[in-house]
Amino acid sequence: MDIHEYQAKELLSRYSVHIPRGGLAYSPEQAAYRASEIGGGKWVVKAQIHSGARGKAGGIRLCSSDTEVSEAAEAMLGRKLATHQTGPKGKLVSRLYIEETVDIRQEIYLGMVLDRKAERVMIVASASGGMEIEEIAEKQPDTIIRATVDPGAGMQQFQAREIAFGLGLENSLIGKAVDTLIGCYRVFRDYDASMLEINPLVVTRDGNLIALDAKMSFDENALFRRPEISELRDKSQEDPRETFASDRGLSYVGLDGNIGCIINGAGLAMATMDMIKIAGGEPANFLDIGGGASPERVAKAFRAVLADKNIETILVNIFAGINRCDWVAEGVVKAIREVGVTVPLVVRLAGTNVEEGRRILAESGEQVIVADTLAEAAEKAVDAMKSFSKKKKH
Amino acid sequence: MSILLNRRTRVVVQGLTGKIGSFHAADMKRYGTNVVGGITPGKGGMDHNGIPVFNTVKGAVRETGAEASIVFVPPPFAADSIMEAADAGIKLCVCITDGIPSQDMMRVKRYMRRFRYEDRMRLVGPNCAGMITPGQAMMGIMPGHIYLPGRVGIVGRSGTLGYEAASQMKDLGIGVSTSVGIGGDPINGSSFLDILKLFEQDPDTDAVVMIGEIGGPQEAEAGEWARHNMRKPLIAYIAGLSAPKGKRMGHAGAIISAFGESAQEKVEILRDAGVTIVPTPAAFGPTIASVLEQHQKAA
Repeated sequence: MDIHEYQAKELLSRYSVHIPRGGLAYSPEQAAYRASEIGGGKWVVKAQIHSGARGKAGGIRLCSSDTEVSEAAEAMLGRKLATHQTGPKGKLVSRLYIEETVDIRQEIYLGMVLDRKAERVMIVASASGGMEIEEIAEKQPDTIIRATVDPGAGMQQFQAREIAFGLGLENSLIGKAVDTLIGCYRVFRDYDASMLEINPLVVTRDGNLIALDAKMSFDENALFRRPEISELRDKSQEDPRETFASDRGLSYVGLDGNIGCIINGAGLAMATMDMIKIAGGEPANFLDIGGGASPERVAKAFRAVLADKNIETILVNIFAGINRCDWVAEGVVKAIREVGVTVPLVVRLAGTNVEEGRRILAESGEQVIVADTLAEAAEKAVDAMKSFSKKKKH
Repeated sequence: MSILLNRRTRVVVQGLTGKIGSFHAADMKRYGTNVVGGITPGKGGMDHNGIPVFNTVKGAVRETGAEASIVFVPPPFAADSIMEAADAGIKLCVCITDGIPSQDMMRVKRYMRRFRYEDRMRLVGPNCAGMITPGQAMMGIMPGHIYLPGRVGIVGRSGTLGYEAASQMKDLGIGVSTSVGIGGDPINGSSFLDILKLFEQDPDTDAVVMIGEIGGPQEAEAGEWARHNMRKPLIAYIAGLSAPKGKRMGHAGAIISAFGESAQEKVEILRDAGVTIVPTPAAFGPTIASVLEQHQKAA
């Protein structure tokens, strides 16, 4: 789960990481008022969306009067901002963060991730901050410093010192850098983060170390013990199809195609989508209804898939184990009747009691295209989609 | 005959008296698994559907001589259960639980390293369907009847996609020595490589099918090892051709966040390492059959 820059900064500041003075605004008036509260003669107005690379997309503006602040706010609020990370659709800007400006002497990159190879938290730092880490890795790979933290002992002072000296910081900044690094690690650990990025962390002309930007993501499996993080969720930043599904306990990812998918198991779901692509179609979504495939879950899944207006065919692929195919088939028929499916429906069942399951579908009187194998299911779905789409155009 | 699990393996069930634990313990017993006990703190001394219950794993090991455990404990408490098994001298632990926080798994892995290599527990999972040695025993939640006993090993992340592969194999009369689900989490107990090493040494396994997916370095690592160290044929499929970057596809670990983690990139790395690629998820059966045929001709 992602949070906004201002939320990440608030968390970090509780752990002795220095941040610029700033305030949140929901309207141009509030933005101008925040600027006057902060004082000084220059401010940055920053669009709060769940994406990096906002600057290049026009989501960060430097202003030197309260009129300019208010105008910048008016230009950004209520609009969608598209960065190369959000894709062309962009994300809605409904909050702004107004900050004082700082005099930058040097920009540093600081990141923390869960490294899957080391199975530890990994710190990644570079003295070439300001550009994205991928770009640093490509252009100046030698400047990247990496260190991993023993989860039993936590991050040690010496590790932080090594990184600070490795970044080439002068002696007067080493203590501040150690506090910042250890503070970041503790936030990461205490809130079950999965990613933290401060880019840039800046050295100011007056010799301070300040987090100018901040990005954090959290482990969704740990949210049960982090209610204060769940509270920071902003549904306006999510694909509405995904919000609809996740509110109903389904694992769903929206894509751009027109063949809706309802499958049990994440691996089989990905494989079925691959098969659709190989057969010449495009999946509209990833959807794993879980092992159970109960009639209630199947009905919820139909609703979630049909909430996408691009859908022109639905493909259901269930490998039934303990829950036999006959039971799953009855659930599918019940769900069709309850939800009302207006697009072609292809169903492939496999596993325990498969013949009985197929018979129930065939004898239901509903318009169900039954497939025996994965390949056949994908081909039939693509054919059904093509003829449906042709008919729709006429 | 198999790796890790056979009909003699003495298995205890952690979280036996819960709904899921009860159901699958009964199913495992029916399949032939030697289930010798269960653990639910506070219910020690009870008999649950003919299985004796213990308060602690240590107690169960002492009384039953259990060497393996399967965990059905809910996510907030599952890491603790795994560490309890490791401390009690369990040699093989299969964790089915989905939804364990990554930092808990980091601590579990760190904890397990306290033990000398010879005494260290092997963990499989979490967030997996478990393992089965067809015709002998199963520690997991899979439908046992879709696996034919035989000489091909399966190792995969996903449950139902593994079932798809096994049933395509069964349709062609190809049997399985052991099938191991390593699970869909970013930090897991056994990697693809750990399991490949066991299959390579198993005299009753002739070839191995590896079913991977997007995210993480483990498929590439396994391919690199296989290139130099594996004499048995390795056949692989990677799910997630149509997965966008940065999106979690169901499994906590199925997310493309770095170079080399997309399905296309993993397929290239594996093909480069001499691994036979299953071109589509509908082609497990035929691809495996043709590799086995070539292998027999060569032998």
